[in-house]
Amino acid sequence: MSRASNSEIKRESMWAVEAESLVKSFGTHRAVDGIHMQVRTGTIYGVLGPNGAGKTTTIRMLATLLKPDAGTARIFGHDVVREPYRVRQLIGVTGQYASVDETLSATENLVIFSRLLGLSRSDAKRKAAELLEEFDLVEAAKRPLKKFSGGMRRRLDLAASLIAQPPLIFLDEPTTGLDPRTRSQMWDTIRRLVKTGSTVLLTTQYLDEADQLADRIAVIDHGRVVAEGTVDELKMSVGTSSLQLQLKNAAEIQSACRMIEKVLGVKAIVSSEAGGITAPMADADRVTDLLLYFRESGIGLAEMSVQKPTLDEVFLTITGHDTGQNLGKTPEGAASEEEFLS
Amino acid sequence: MSSQQAILPEVEPLLKNRVSLGQSVQNSLTMAYRGLLKLRRTPEQLIDVTLQPLIFTLMFTYIFGGAISGNVHSYLPVIIPGILVQTVITTSVVTGVQLREDMDKGVFDRFKSLPIARIAPLAGALLADTIRYAIATTLTFTMGYILGYRPSGGLGHVAVAAVLVIVCAWAMSWIFAFFGVIARTASSVQGISLLILFPLTFLSNAFVPVKTMPHWLQWFVHINPLSHLVSAVRELADSGTIGSNLGISLIGAAVVVLIFAPLTVRNYMRRA
Ligand SMILES: Nc1ncnc2c1ncn2[C@@H]1O[C@H](COP(=O)(O)OP(=O)(O)OP(=O)(O)O)[C@@H](O)[C@H]1O
Ligand SMILES: [Mg+2]
Repeated sequence: MSRASNSEIKRESMWAVEAESLVKSFGTHRAVDGIHMQVRTGTIYGVLGPNGAGKTTTIRMLATLLKPDAGTARIFGHDVVREPYRVRQLIGVTGQYASVDETLSATENLVIFSRLLGLSRSDAKRKAAELLEEFDLVEAAKRPLKKFSGGMRRRLDLAASLIAQPPLIFLDEPTTGLDPRTRSQMWDTIRRLVKTGSTVLLTTQYLDEADQLADRIAVIDHGRVVAEGTVDELKMSVGTSSLQLQLKNAAEIQSACRMIEKVLGVKAIVSSEAGGITAPMADADRVTDLLLYFRESGIGLAEMSVQKPTLDEVFLTITGHDTGQNLGKTPEGAASEEEFLS
Repeated sequence: MSSQQAILPEVEPLLKNRVSLGQSVQNSLTMAYRGLLKLRRTPEQLIDVTLQPLIFTLMFTYIFGGAISGNVHSYLPVIIPGILVQTVITTSVVTGVQLREDMDKGVFDRFKSLPIARIAPLAGALLADTIRYAIATTLTFTMGYILGYRPSGGLGHVAVAAVLVIVCAWAMSWIFAFFGVIARTASSVQGISLLILFPLTFLSNAFVPVKTMPHWLQWFVHINPLSHLVSAVRELADSGTIGSNLGISLIGAAVVVLIFAPLTVRNYMRRA
C-alpha cells in the first residue's frame, strides 16, 4: 500500500513521470510515436490533443496497462515495464471510460477496491463512506450504478482512484461529457488533490481546461509531442489575442478596415459574416483609440469581443494543419473564451 | 506549487515488486466476494441453474421414463444422476462466458492498475461460480425427491456425490475459462463451449443405458469421463459404493486442471 509519507525529497523523486521515446503501434498504425514527457512532483500536468492523438494510449503505458513497443517510462524512478507492481502502488488511474462495476452500488464498488488494496473490512467500509461523503454521493450510495448520471459515475470513478491516496493520479479526460457546473466541481476536486500533495497527470481536449488547471502542458498530435511548456508559453507561441468586430452597417467595412490598419498598425481580415472583422490585437491599449475613431466617424458597432488563442490556433501554428474538429471550445460553446471589453 | 509538501512514495525498500501468496489468496477471496455480490444484484444470472434442473428433470423423466425403465419411478435413479452431471457441467460454461464479458469491461482496467495479484480476478471468478454448481446440485436432488427419488445410499453418500460433481464441474470450468480468456467475444465462448459439451454429455450413460447404443459408440461412451462421473454418482446414491468410477472421475478432473489451469493462467496473464 502506498500510504502517503513525506520522506526526504530524493533526486529521482523530483520527477513523478519520466517518459523517453515511448512508442506503441496498433498494427501498422503508430498510435504513440516517440513521446517524451517529464512531470514534476506536486504539479498538474496537462496532455492536450484531439481525438486519436494518442493520449489514452500514453496514459495506459504509463499506468502499466499496456506494454510500450519501445522507449522507457519511470514513475518516481520505477520502471513501468520492469517494476509494474511497484508502480501500481504509486498510482491511481481514472480511465476515459468508467472503470467501476456497473452492476454494483457505489459503496460496494469502493469497498471491493479498498479490500483489494489491503484495507480491513471495517476500514474499507469507513473509507468508502468517507469518499462518498467527500464526492457528494451519499444519497446514491446504495443504488446500482446503472442508475447513475454521467457526472456521478465520473466522481465515483475518481473517488475509487483515491482510496490508497496515491502520490500520482492519472485522469483521462476527467470532464468530457460533464455539464458546466459538474465540470467546475471536478476542477475544484482536482485542485484540492494537488493541494494535499498529489501529482496529477490529466488529458483533455479543451485548452481552457488545461489553462485552468495545468502547470505545464504537452500538446500531442499523431502520437508526438508537438509543443510543451506552461500555458502562457504556449499561448505566446501562438501569438496574440484577436479583436473581433461586428459592424452595424456592412457597407462601412472598407473604411473600418482602413482605420484599424492606421490605428493598430495591423492588417484586418474581413470575415465571411457580413460586417465581421477580425484583427490581431498586440496592444489592448490602442483599442481605446480605435473605438474613439469609430465614434468620430460614425461607424456603429453591433458586437465586439476579444478571442483568446484557441487550441485550433495552437495546432494551426504548431503543426501547420487543422485539428479537423471543433477543438478549443468548451462544451458551453466558445463564449467562455471571450472577454467582453465594454 | 513549490511551497507545499508533495506526497512522495514510501521509502523504497517498503515497496515490494511482487505479491505474496497470502495476498494472492486474500485478493482472490475479495474477487470471489465481488462475484457473489454481482450474483445477488443480478439474480437473473441464476435462471440457468434454477430452471434447467427443474425442466430437464421433469421432461426427461416423463418422456423417457416409460420407454427406458418401464416406468417413471424406476427411471429416477438412472436419470437424476445423469441430469445432475449434465446440468452442473453445463453451468460451468457460464464461467468462461462471464469471464470474457468481465475482461471486456472498464472495471478490468482498474483491477489491472491496482497492486493486487494479477491472477485474483480469474481465481475469484472460478471460486464464486462453485456457488452456482451448489445451487444446481441442490435443486436437481430436490426435484428428484419431489418426483419420488429415494436414493438408498443415504444422505451422507448423496452429499459426497454432490461434492464430487461440484469438484468435477469446477475442474471443467477451467476449460471454459480458457476459451473465455482466448476468445474475442462472449458469444463465441458460448458457441465453442457448447460444441464440446453436447457430445460429452449426450454421448455418455447419463440418459440411456449404454447397451442400447451401437458398438462404435459404446467405445466412446466408455472412455468418456462424464460416464464415469455419472456412474460414480449412481453408485454413491444407490448403494454408497466408493469405487473405481469415483477414482477415475477425480483423476479425470485432476488431469483437466493440470492441463488447462496453466494454459489459462498463462494466456490470461499475457492478456490481462
Ligand atoms: N486497442 C487498440 N487497437 C487498435 N487501435 C487502437 C487501440 N487503441 C487505440 N488505437 C488507435 O490509436 C490511436 C490513438 O488512440 P488513443 O485512444 O490513444 O487516442 P486519444 O488521444 O485518447 O483519443 P480520444 O480523445 O478520442 O480519447 C487512434 O487512432 C486509435 O484508433
Ligand atoms: Mg482517449
